[in-house]
Amino acid sequence: MQTSIQPSRDPAAQYVLRLADTCLILGQRLGEWCGHAPILEEDLALTNTALDLIGQARALLTHAGRMGAQVLDEDQLAFLREERDYLNVTMVELPRGDFAFTVLRNAMVATFLKLVWQRLAGSADAELAAIAGKAVKEARYHQQHAGDWVVRLGAGTTESRQRMENALQQLWRYVPELLEADGVDEQASAAGLGPRWSELREPWLAEMKALFDEAGLTAPPDAAFRSTGKRGLHSEYLGHILTEMQYLQRAYPGGAW
Amino acid sequence: MSNSTEWPLWEVFVRTKAGLDHKHCGSLHATDGKMAIQLARDVYTRRQEGSSLWVVRSDQIVASDPGEKAMYFDPMEDKVYRHPTFYALPEAVNHM
Repeated sequence: MQTSIQPSRDPAAQYVLRLADTCLILGQRLGEWCGHAPILEEDLALTNTALDLIGQARALLTHAGRMGAQVLDEDQLAFLREERDYLNVTMVELPRGDFAFTVLRNAMVATFLKLVWQRLAGSADAELAAIAGKAVKEARYHQQHAGDWVVRLGAGTTESRQRMENALQQLWRYVPELLEADGVDEQASAAGLGPRWSELREPWLAEMKALFDEAGLTAPPDAAFRSTGKRGLHSEYLGHILTEMQYLQRAYPGGAW
Repeated sequence: MSNSTEWPLWEVFVRTKAGLDHKHCGSLHATDGKMAIQLARDVYTRRQEGSSLWVVRSDQIVASDPGEKAMYFDPMEDKVYRHPTFYALPEAVNHM
């Protein structure tokens, strides 16, 4: 059994890990659609998105792994941490749901990541800026593709609309976590590393409102509930996805292909 | 096409780089042109094959009748004089 590793608790590393893990876990979730999407063409589209996210996660994990005193590589960080050391937002660890849930979550996360990448392109951290410059193109396409599906389903049949409304109801309570700042953001902002996530609130809400208007959807009222995945406190679902992700690296320590 | 709930078929043409022509590379199902372009991107340009895409509804393509192949194309078989192979090229012409 491979021993777990402890990532750096440095706020800058945490800031990068929040993004890295959000990409990593959503990429893993989307991989579950491989062979199961409604049509072959969309099967490829979803797995393309998954692979883009895994690529972004790899770059960010590699970068985060060099920010602490002890250098950790991307595989150690991806596969050998304990659940509470994963800092992804809770929204991306929720089960894949139906196709409506998947495309709405993709639209929400792609819009968020696009705004993040746009701002990180001006980061004081040159490597982070370079990662963002490449990733923003991928996120723009993810947003367009997922957004089109939100409109098609929202303005589609009675059933597709019902499914989209259910998905919105389920996902909306996990949105505030994406749009609020804490100490990690304050330090990142002060250091010129990247924006406070709270700075993304207005543009994110504006872009989502435009999408919902086109799809004939209305955002539910805000709830008091706050998810806390980015602080390492996760829903019951992350543990299950981690056992699946980590099995191979734990069974065959250091295995590569 | 076999049943009415199936999405229409589209033919996909990919241009590999600027200056070259769009080449037919396959087909896919999509509800409309917007979706067809996106899915063409995802299905046919995943390995950097493209810099531009065309899609066209398959049922909009007018094709020659395979049954008329003999009458359409066989008569050209013995018209070798239509090939420009009987001309001596000047030295200065390198690529022809």
